[in-house]
Amino acid sequence: MSRQAPAVLDAGQRHPVRFTLNGRKAGGEAEPRMLLHDFLRHVLGATGTHVGCEHGICGACTVQIDGAPARACLTLAVQADGAEIRTVEGLALAPDRLSALQEAFRAHHGLQCGFCTPGILMSLDALLRERPDCGEAEIRETLSGHLCRCTGYTPIVKAALAAAEALRVPHHA
Amino acid sequence: MKPARFAYQRAATTEHVLEALHRSGGEARVIAGGQSLVPMLNMRLARPALLVDIMHVAALSHVDDDGARLTIGAGVRQRDLEMRHDTAARQPLLAMALPWLGHVQTRSRGTVCGSIAHADPSAELPLVLTALRGEVHLRSRRRARRLPAEAFFTGMMVTARAEDELIEAVSVPAVRPGTGYAFREISRRHGDFAIAAFAAVADEKELRLAIGGVAETPKARVLPTDQGLDDALDTFAWNLEARDDLHASARYRRELVRRIGREVVLAAIRDREARALKEAT
Repeated sequence: MSRQAPAVLDAGQRHPVRFTLNGRKAGGEAEPRMLLHDFLRHVLGATGTHVGCEHGICGACTVQIDGAPARACLTLAVQADGAEIRTVEGLALAPDRLSALQEAFRAHHGLQCGFCTPGILMSLDALLRERPDCGEAEIRETLSGHLCRCTGYTPIVKAALAAAEALRVPHHA
Repeated sequence: MKPARFAYQRAATTEHVLEALHRSGGEARVIAGGQSLVPMLNMRLARPALLVDIMHVAALSHVDDDGARLTIGAGVRQRDLEMRHDTAARQPLLAMALPWLGHVQTRSRGTVCGSIAHADPSAELPLVLTALRGEVHLRSRRRARRLPAEAFFTGMMVTARAEDELIEAVSVPAVRPGTGYAFREISRRHGDFAIAAFAAVADEKELRLAIGGVAETPKARVLPTDQGLDDALDTFAWNLEARDDLHASARYRRELVRRIGREVVLAAIRDREARALKEAT
């Protein structure tokens, strides 16, 4: 055998988990069975990530793992050890300055109850970064991974298109 | 919904994985992207004693292309294969099917081999593997073997993998000159489970259609290109033994096989002709 077998993290015991959360080091302890969203909310106190169906359908818990949108409910905290995690708490430029995407959601009524919003923002934030020229079709395809029961999606699509436009236009001083 | 307790091991080499599977006596499961397994854990439909994480095994994270076959390692994520610049050129059917897998938010973590291991009858990758006569590369401490897709998928979410075996990779033939491909999926919304999914391969020797989402495993048939096509599709439709469920009736599924099946094989033939023209110029 090339290397000594790695340690087995015992079931029912807590083990250290460390990763980068919104650019800062974060850490705590988790049993192997703890899902990433529970670790974020209950261990780290980052309650911006919401928990819906817990089997990967609704998209409420979507965060970015190493830059890509992913379901926190389908990721174990121990799997995320060493990763870069970004959550809705990392979007605003400052406590009193929303990101262009968040601002567009506010302006276009892209949310009502707000339960699904953090997940949708994390998916769209990744899309707008990866594909600044994206159009409605791509936005709708990305949104197909999310359920929203309030808005009927149309205002969300409008908000995403407005945010894409705002991010493409160079800022005026 | 929270998983029941399990232990966790982050493997660094393939040997670690095989050793853990060997020692566990069937109580260990491999976890890669987790996009099929974690829902099963959350719903407690799976209760393994140990999860062996293979995503840090460098040897499993490659796509190898020897000119004749693409071999996709167990750690290759679906989204990474989708975004590779040469996937469409090297195996068009794979590139056609990948955007239909779940959602971008699950493809970012889910692996190609993980979907094969899960063997959902409506999943796209088992269908593509079947259509292309792909192989599943299995390895345990006892042996290494390769199974054709049709021998690997033995039932609804049941495969020929032994408890101590790791799916090390899957392989598919690379694109061949004079071959055309087509893929189509019928579902209520993009990203939902397929009511029926179709993958066709047309070359100078044969026309092959594979169908997922209807029978317990993906099924493939070689079809005639002459006026016997409609009869052959009708026989195929009945042979799949479709059943009624929440999403569609058996009768509707049979009709999809006849009509959409026909459209997809004709699309594969047109694709072959288009590629032949491109090759000639």
